[in-house]
Amino acid sequence: MASETRDTRRGAAQGGMSFSLSDPTFRAIFYQILVVGIVVAVGWYLIANTLDNLSRRSIATGFGFLEREASFGIGESLIDYSPRDTYGRAFLVGVLNTLKVSILGIVLATVLGTVIGIARLSSNWLIAKLASVYVEIIRNIPPLLQLFFWYAIVTESMPPVRQALNPIPGVFLSQRGLFVPVPAADPVWKFMGIALALAVIVVIFVRRWAKDRQARTGQPFPTGWTTLGLLIGFPLIAYIGGGMPTALDVPELAGFNFRGGAVVSPEFFAILIGLTVYTAAFIAEVVRSGILAVNWGQTEAARALGLPSTETLRLVVLPQALRVIVPPLTSQYLNLAKNSSLALAIGYPDLVSIANTTLNQTGQAIEGVAMIMGTYLTISLGISIFMNWYNKRIALVER
Amino acid sequence: MTESVHTGSIPDERPPANTVGPVAWLRNNLFNTWYNALLTILILYGLARAIPPLLDWLIVHANGFDTTPQECRTNGGACWAFVSEKLRFILFGTFPYDEQWRPLLTIVIFITLLLVSCDRRFWKWWLGLLWAAGFAAVAILMWGGVLGLTYVENTNWGGLPLTLILSVIGLAVAFPASILLALGRRSDMPAIKVMSVTYIELIRGVPLISLLFMASVMFPLFLPTGVSIDKLLRAQIAFIMFAAAYMAEAIRGGLQAIPKGQYEAADGLGLNYWQKMRKIILPQALAIAIPPLVNTFISFFKDTSLVIIIGLYDLLGTAKAALTDPAWRGFYREAYLFIGVIYWVFCFYMSKYSQKLERDLRRGHRR
Repeated sequence: MASETRDTRRGAAQGGMSFSLSDPTFRAIFYQILVVGIVVAVGWYLIANTLDNLSRRSIATGFGFLEREASFGIGESLIDYSPRDTYGRAFLVGVLNTLKVSILGIVLATVLGTVIGIARLSSNWLIAKLASVYVEIIRNIPPLLQLFFWYAIVTESMPPVRQALNPIPGVFLSQRGLFVPVPAADPVWKFMGIALALAVIVVIFVRRWAKDRQARTGQPFPTGWTTLGLLIGFPLIAYIGGGMPTALDVPELAGFNFRGGAVVSPEFFAILIGLTVYTAAFIAEVVRSGILAVNWGQTEAARALGLPSTETLRLVVLPQALRVIVPPLTSQYLNLAKNSSLALAIGYPDLVSIANTTLNQTGQAIEGVAMIMGTYLTISLGISIFMNWYNKRIALVER
Repeated sequence: MTESVHTGSIPDERPPANTVGPVAWLRNNLFNTWYNALLTILILYGLARAIPPLLDWLIVHANGFDTTPQECRTNGGACWAFVSEKLRFILFGTFPYDEQWRPLLTIVIFITLLLVSCDRRFWKWWLGLLWAAGFAAVAILMWGGVLGLTYVENTNWGGLPLTLILSVIGLAVAFPASILLALGRRSDMPAIKVMSVTYIELIRGVPLISLLFMASVMFPLFLPTGVSIDKLLRAQIAFIMFAAAYMAEAIRGGLQAIPKGQYEAADGLGLNYWQKMRKIILPQALAIAIPPLVNTFISFFKDTSLVIIIGLYDLLGTAKAALTDPAWRGFYREAYLFIGVIYWVFCFYMSKYSQKLERDLRRGHRR
């Protein structure tokens, strides 16, 4: 390849090119035109066929159908939705459901994966072996099979609604999912949210100030405890100031299902647990190899400098391990987001499942598939951008 | 004087009892710190609570191969009768019952091919011929219609042969395509590079399900009227497109690991691009890329289970279909455990093989 650049340059330096295949410049252009030509021709053929087929079946192309009434129900939704709403809104519900399960899954899988990855390196033989067994079993079984299994556990092995398990007063476990009481609607919750957001902003400033001060004077500041205090304190003040409401919205058996409270549906439970358990096995391997990649001499040097073991881990080992961990971790996050599309198989209303219903009802196959792909590409791009930003932040700063 | 001088060696003292043997092992590996001791005890307690009921369900109170579903439900243990009753359906799908030796032979052929290819002594030119012959034999066995075999529609294919066909044939066809894509991505020609990068990143950015959807709802639109391709072929094409993009990335890793001097030496010998790639670069790059390629194959093998979504019955599909039999409802644990073990055996041994290969190849590099 390097040779061809050189050839090209030489060809250009000699001034102009000859129209023969032995001339590198001409050859390169010729091949490119040939390949592009073939691709365009095949593409044109497929598009022509598609247009012909569409007109034959009298399917109108375009995204106009998004404005029409969806007239199908969706089991769970983060925003208000009824069958009278449009296809566009139904799709938005699906996107939000996908994001919900992906984000929760990423957080839980990271926590579980880190714990298992560290457990595999434990000096305790039993813990290390158990963690290895977990990783080797989970990694080698298809995620879809695991999803079916989790889903079957809830829908087949839990009692029907009438005989729901009631482990704690107000909490019901049945085939229809887990019903838990939630605090009744009150303006205080909104204020607590605002207080929490404020606390986050204050924490950012405090941490920056503490870092600056330590750099200038060498005096450490207990940032960890301050952060914790601020994050709990602010919402607590809002709660007390708002009159401390204690009313609960408790689920009650009404007809064939529970009413009130919050519900964790079997579908959501299965997809969340399935994705978490499956991805955690891969993240465990990533974490383990990242920690092993840090030379033992680094730990010894830190100890020789007099750093206590927590500081050694926090200031020396972890920053170096993260550099190794973050790139493969990113691809695991991307895999989790993409695997959330398996939700379709168990009926969780994610974006693929809703797009599938939409394209079955309207026949707008191309638009439906394009919307699925476009959304996933956007999500993948979003995760990549965030993780690349983070990776750059922790990357080795060389002289 | 002379008596006090020892001639010969003094017999070794026995080491202290707590530094050798099982006691020392326990001390070093399970009870070396107070929190490890605590964790060990907690885990042992947990295992003691979990394992006996599991063994009880699995073996002690399990129902044998010839019990009825009613007996299984009243006894409570695992119902292996379900597996023996549905074994042939789960493994071979709806393939005609009397002809099921044909899919069985297909499975044997695939496993033999895979095992032979695992041994580096057989990495010779005739291995390609062996694979071609194997595929031909599989096609004849599955379709039939010649040599006195009855013809079987591919809508009746299912179970393990379908899983193997989708993954192994998908891999074999995608392999050459992925080499071209990887070379394209590393090419100096902007148009070709842009097209390769776009294809690879597009496919890797979307879930496999969306590709399968595309295959099942959009491929029929792509074809001229009157021409139709069946569901299996559509899924197979989607798998090939998917695998090519992922394998191209594994091969690109191998290409990038080849030092520049190799390219320059090939140029210095006056080889043209294809000679350079075929004789110098690719043999080295592919050897480096084999372990990641095996890993790609493992995830690819697991991903074939997704065809259930477009209505094909691979191993997972037949197991799920077997569960819908009203007489045998609710034995999902047995069904999923059974096929889970099959998937696990394939994937686990492939991953062990990939690790071994990685060690072997690295040893070669060091020398």
